Amino acid sequence: MTGSIAAIGMGLAAIGAGIGVGNIGGKAFEAIARQPEAVGDIRANMILTAALVEGAALIAILMAFLVK
Amino acid sequence: MYKVFKNSLFVAIFSVTRLFAQQHAAEMGANAGQDTLAHSVNIPSGAHSAAEEVHGAGPAVMDANHAEHAAGGHEEAEFKADEAAFHHISDLNVYSIGPWNLPLPCMLYAPNKGWSLFSSSKFGIDNAHHGSGHKAIDGYVLNHGKVMRVKDPNFPQTEVEVGHFTTREEVIDEKGTKKDVSYVEYNGAEYALEHQSTADGGLFGGGITNFYDFSITKNVAGMFLILALLSWLFLSMAKKYKSAPGTAPTGIQKLIEPLIMFIKEEVAIPFIGAKHERFMPLLLSLFFLILALNLFGQIPFFGGTNVTGNLGFTVVLAIIVTLVVNFNGNKHYWQHIFNMPGIPGWVKFLITPIEVLSIFIKPLTLSLRLFANITAGHIVILVFISLIFMFGKSGANPGAAWGASVASVLLALFISAIELLVAFIQAYVFTLLTASYIGAATEEHHAHEAEH
Repeated sequence: MTGSIAAIGMGLAAIGAGIGVGNIGGKAFEAIARQPEAVGDIRANMILTAALVEGAALIAILMAFLVK
Repeated sequence: MYKVFKNSLFVAIFSVTRLFAQQHAAEMGANAGQDTLAHSVNIPSGAHSAAEEVHGAGPAVMDANHAEHAAGGHEEAEFKADEAAFHHISDLNVYSIGPWNLPLPCMLYAPNKGWSLFSSSKFGIDNAHHGSGHKAIDGYVLNHGKVMRVKDPNFPQTEVEVGHFTTREEVIDEKGTKKDVSYVEYNGAEYALEHQSTADGGLFGGGITNFYDFSITKNVAGMFLILALLSWLFLSMAKKYKSAPGTAPTGIQKLIEPLIMFIKEEVAIPFIGAKHERFMPLLLSLFFLILALNLFGQIPFFGGTNVTGNLGFTVVLAIIVTLVVNFNGNKHYWQHIFNMPGIPGWVKFLITPIEVLSIFIKPLTLSLRLFANITAGHIVILVFISLIFMFGKSGANPGAAWGASVASVLLALFISAIELLVAFIQAYVFTLLTASYIGAATEEHHAHEAEH
């Protein structure tokens, strides 16, 4: 099979982002369980943080494209 | 780069399927010649049943004539799911709905030739060959829906009949970089084609070319449609609010008003605060434009305009957001970038470059996030649909195609449902991040002022 080592980098970036977003989601649900009345604030901040983590993974994937 | 994307995405999602396909590669090769032969007479029977299956299934993005192409394979005998997927998410100069190819205006400019304006129907779009034109006009040809230009300056610059298109991977420079090069047949000779011009600098094929394509492409046509739809929707709603203020919302207002209130109360006020009124038009425009384009791109059998999955479009949105953020940045915002308060001097040498970089990283991630999410979703659906043709072995095995179609249509339906959620979430995240960037740039830092 042909390919590039950059593909492994993309996979690692996906793993990293997966762990990060998983942690964010898990902790957010814990927080909601503790304090259900704050669900609105927690959800907004959860999505914001998840988006930022995802941004790091996207930069890594872009770099994987560029270095080939 | 294109190759890496192709390979890694594909391997990650479908390594098992690929292995299966490779196992049977030998048999495929044996069938290949026969298929090509069959196609020149009529469509193989297996292809027909598979095509109808796709047509009858809800979420499938391919249509019948695409399926014919995929199964019949007029140039390449083996069906390549990755190529089919990339073809279907790319921007084209023809709008294909089912078996109909709606022509779009072509506006092409070549430095040594000037402007060429004509409708893409002049190419003589051939249904069986899937959006390929059998005529060349001013040296331009339509190759699988994309306008390309013949490189050879001696090629006749008038309207002439051309033959088949072929695409081969070739080494294009001394570094050994490989790239797909397309050829067109004319008078028994092959002429190399210049790639479709793209603004992404060749990141996903194409690149800077000897001609410029300003055409109303499929994506632009989709954007015009959405522009008209949203304008009509919001102007008629605004009229209602003016003519009958204070009354309960009726009709489409019931759908749109909660969304507007959601953006105002959950996004604008928490992140921007008192000054949110000024930025509401921007936030609402971004939210509804992205949401409408995301949803429009998911309508099956409707051409599949992939506007928000186009890097050019998302980059322009991100540039608009960056300009708004930086022109509205107050002195605290700039102070935090160039002279962060409350930290020792030597740390500033580390922090300032990072903060300056972040001005550019913010729009980069903003545009890439939307692009990558939408593109990945579309590719996954297309590859699921492609399973039908991979199992059907290019029309040689209709039984397997029928079997695989049940599974792949169910999987594609499932992914489509997730994509509906993603369409909303990505519109929301884009708006939320815009609001948070604007909020960070316009915030008054009373706490810091008290410290100093």
